[in-house]
Amino acid sequence: MMPADEPPRVEEDGLTRKMTGDRRVHREMILEVANLTMRFGGLTAVSAVSFAASRGEITAVIGPNGAGKTTLFNCITGFYRPTGGAIRLHRANELPVDLHLLPGHRIARAGVARTFQNIRLFPGMTALENLLVAQHVKLMAATGFGIGAVLGLSRYPKAERQAVELARQWLSATNLLDRADDPAGALPYGAQRRLEIARAMCTEPALLCLDEPAAGLNPRESDELARLLLEIRGQGTSLLLIEHDMGVVMRISDRVVVLDHGKLIADAAPAAVQGDPKVIAAYLGEGDEDEEAEA
Amino acid sequence: MTPAQAIRDAAIAAAVAFGLFVMLVGLRTDVGPEGGLILRQRWGQVALLCGIVFAGRLAITTLAGRRALQPSTAPGPWTARLQRAGKLLAPALLAVALVLPAIPGIGRYELDIGILVLTYIMLGWGLNIVVGLAGLLDLGYVAFYAIGAYSYALLAQYFGLSFWICLPLAGILAAFWGVLLGFPVLRLRGDYLAIVTLAFGEIIRVVLLNWTELTNGPNGISGIPRPSFFGLPFSMAGGEGTFAGFFGIEPSPSHRVIFLYYVIFALALLTNWVTLRLRRQPLGRAWEALREDEIACRALGINITTTKLTAFALGAMFGGFAGAFFATRQAFISPESFTFIESAIILAIVVLGGLGSQVGVAIAALVMIGGFEVFRGLDEWRMLVFGGAMVVIMVLRPRGLVGTRTPSIALGEKRAIGGDLVGEGRG
Amino acid sequence: MAYALQQLINGISLGMIYGLIAVGYTMVYGIIGMINFAHGDVFMIGAFIALITVLLLQLGGMMDGPAAILLVLLVSMAFTALYGWSVERVAYRPLRGSFRLAPLISAIGISIVLQNYVQVSQGARVKPIGTLVPGGVEVMRDGPFVVQFSYIQMLIIAVTLGVLAVFTILVTRTPLGRAMRACEQDSKMASLLGIDTDRTISLTFVIGAALAAVAGTLYMIRYGVIDFYIGFLAGVKAFTAAVLGGIGSLPGAVLGGLLIGLIETFWSAYFSAQYKDVAAFSILVVTLIFLPTGLLGRQEVEKV
Repeated sequence: MMPADEPPRVEEDGLTRKMTGDRRVHREMILEVANLTMRFGGLTAVSAVSFAASRGEITAVIGPNGAGKTTLFNCITGFYRPTGGAIRLHRANELPVDLHLLPGHRIARAGVARTFQNIRLFPGMTALENLLVAQHVKLMAATGFGIGAVLGLSRYPKAERQAVELARQWLSATNLLDRADDPAGALPYGAQRRLEIARAMCTEPALLCLDEPAAGLNPRESDELARLLLEIRGQGTSLLLIEHDMGVVMRISDRVVVLDHGKLIADAAPAAVQGDPKVIAAYLGEGDEDEEAEA
Repeated sequence: MTPAQAIRDAAIAAAVAFGLFVMLVGLRTDVGPEGGLILRQRWGQVALLCGIVFAGRLAITTLAGRRALQPSTAPGPWTARLQRAGKLLAPALLAVALVLPAIPGIGRYELDIGILVLTYIMLGWGLNIVVGLAGLLDLGYVAFYAIGAYSYALLAQYFGLSFWICLPLAGILAAFWGVLLGFPVLRLRGDYLAIVTLAFGEIIRVVLLNWTELTNGPNGISGIPRPSFFGLPFSMAGGEGTFAGFFGIEPSPSHRVIFLYYVIFALALLTNWVTLRLRRQPLGRAWEALREDEIACRALGINITTTKLTAFALGAMFGGFAGAFFATRQAFISPESFTFIESAIILAIVVLGGLGSQVGVAIAALVMIGGFEVFRGLDEWRMLVFGGAMVVIMVLRPRGLVGTRTPSIALGEKRAIGGDLVGEGRG
Repeated sequence: MAYALQQLINGISLGMIYGLIAVGYTMVYGIIGMINFAHGDVFMIGAFIALITVLLLQLGGMMDGPAAILLVLLVSMAFTALYGWSVERVAYRPLRGSFRLAPLISAIGISIVLQNYVQVSQGARVKPIGTLVPGGVEVMRDGPFVVQFSYIQMLIIAVTLGVLAVFTILVTRTPLGRAMRACEQDSKMASLLGIDTDRTISLTFVIGAALAAVAGTLYMIRYGVIDFYIGFLAGVKAFTAAVLGGIGSLPGAVLGGLLIGLIETFWSAYFSAQYKDVAAFSILVVTLIFLPTGLLGRQEVEKV
């Protein structure tokens, strides 16, 4: 099933589109994935996938194990360079950015933040420090790239106070304020997951990408997570998440993209996806093909 | 362990010791009178060594139990005390260092050791930026020390520039080389980076050794000018334009030593000050984050290459400063002073002190270098003891003397972070 | 042409020695993921034990023929292996699973200890032993220039190939080799499957030290002079070879050793002998810039 509302326009250049005044596409789309293909040697992990994530929405990417979700994610967040296709970020009132052409560290600066399937915090640094590292780019500019700060110029202390304030906000939003001075590595698992989200949010992204945020959480923690994600959406950040916990996906997603064997097989509202025979077939396995392949 | 088991255990240890010592200690090769090699037998010493191993092993297993030899990253009995005293210890050390030349009984010899220890403290602090904070394993740090030393020596020799002009230049040149080396290799990870930095250190040394026209090769450069006191030279002759003459005091050779002592003291403090300051800044935090998790750093928009490069260059710069100081203090340098073993000693100071800990590095330098000088009487045995001490300290305290990390910022109270949580970098 | 051929022979025989030491580095790295910094000094110990054995045999008037050399090799391998075992026991085992830098520093400490131990026990002076295996075969004559393939070089190549063949069989065909490869892949899993990882790691050090002893013996016979400091440079070169070939890869170690030997020999022959180390290290640096995991190393997959 192809997207019902707005098929992404692959051929058109974002710039010309803006010049011609097609503003509607810009307002609605935050991320545009066009014909994305990723091959590792002979293996095609993602094959000509196209979809669009809308601004201010939660888009979930689901699919059976090995469907290419994490590969897709790694392409979007700059950890892999795609073999073909394009990924564009459309921020409000800004020119679109070709994410697939940016070096890894520029992706976050362009406004895409991510979390990791296996949590990647800075375990020996405190929760607060983790959140300040996330504001590195902003703070670094305020220090005059290190030189001014050593000399004690006055602009930095103010920037740092603001950064700490932002960190405090996210710590309290993730219910971690009382653990601010504890090393991240010593936090319980659920708290680490929340801290990673808080850290990603401290980069002040336009799009937050979450790789299985509910993995390993108990039902109560999953509920809290769902609430947190809705809150983040409420503040105007768009979300893209990979998730296996269908309870969470169906409850909070505005849109669900389904991948199977590297191909897009569905892109629709949660309810529609649930009833899609292709999706059901992908999850239950068409014949014995999957089992054979995995065995 | 029962006594019988302990004796059996000690006997095995003694048997192994016999296997180790029988050839190399039992039979000594010497060049005989005709130029050929002759063997001398020393079975008594083999027996003595085996006896020592037997007794030592037995004593350790029976008195302390096998547990005593297990490594531990848990805070040692002194760590807690050190932390309590920590607020006092650092200022106390600083105060002693400050007034050292004035303490009665401290002569020229003691001051020379003080200068040496401070040089290594400075080198340790410089390398600490690279290894301790940024988590980059640099086995060729001595190269930057050498570049600093030769920069000053050559600039002084060919252009007649004074120490105070050359000091910043030496640092800049070393940092420049740090960037030059770092740029292509910093994307290498772990041990690959280690071997490349080691190779770089050796390349610099071999070039210094063989580029005879410029560096005078193995003979080194002598007659390197001494630093002046704001333009006033130290001279035994006294008189108008000299330090002693200007202040109207009796000329004494110790003036220069005291002056050099304070120069390196100030340089070391500068290193420390910059490091401590940067640690509380975004750049320093990015270094530590890089040590903890490079991939997460990338996802947060941190430019890994430039961040590593700044750590590498800054570390190199302090190495360069220390090198220029070394050249002016010795008045003579040769490639012999810049061998791999120097890099190894500096790295050992950093690791033994506790990665990232400034006080730890200072204490480690004091213990290692100071202790090394104290045992001067042991001659060739000294290095043997030195190496053995490195092994023993590392086995007992893998995380170094101060294995904890102090957060750079806190909402409430800063609490030390246990060493087992702190990463040590992969690059 | 003749000159180049001679350099090729020299380069290969030198490269074989580096390769033998490099195998020890790469084995230990493969299994515990750490550089054995004391390995160069274990090589030096091997050379010294071989030297002492030769002197003992000369005293007994038995130092001639291939049997004597075989005996020297075996004695040196046995005693050096004990050193390898002790190094692991003292500097590595207590720090297993600990921080990565701790064993590195303790190994550097062991390296200092071994060097100075030999200096104290055997004296700092160089030990000249003279030519033990004289003569050779004339391969080619080009005017006044004679290409000589000396018996020593033949010995080096034959022994190295023989030892490497045995070693390859050991690693690929025996339960020990299987255990070693299992520990290399995942030592925790291997121990869960009933493999005695302690014993396997110990044996890795023992085998590595025995190979270093072979290298040390061949070095001593080839150059006829040793001192307590030979371990450092040979160790660094062999380590360079292991990294160049791709650390962890056994064929890579031999290949890297041969390359370093050839580069050094040809550089000295055609450019300047003084800068031969610079040439070897520079090629290492350049190789790593383009192939960050060496020539035959497994590409590290960055898991996100």
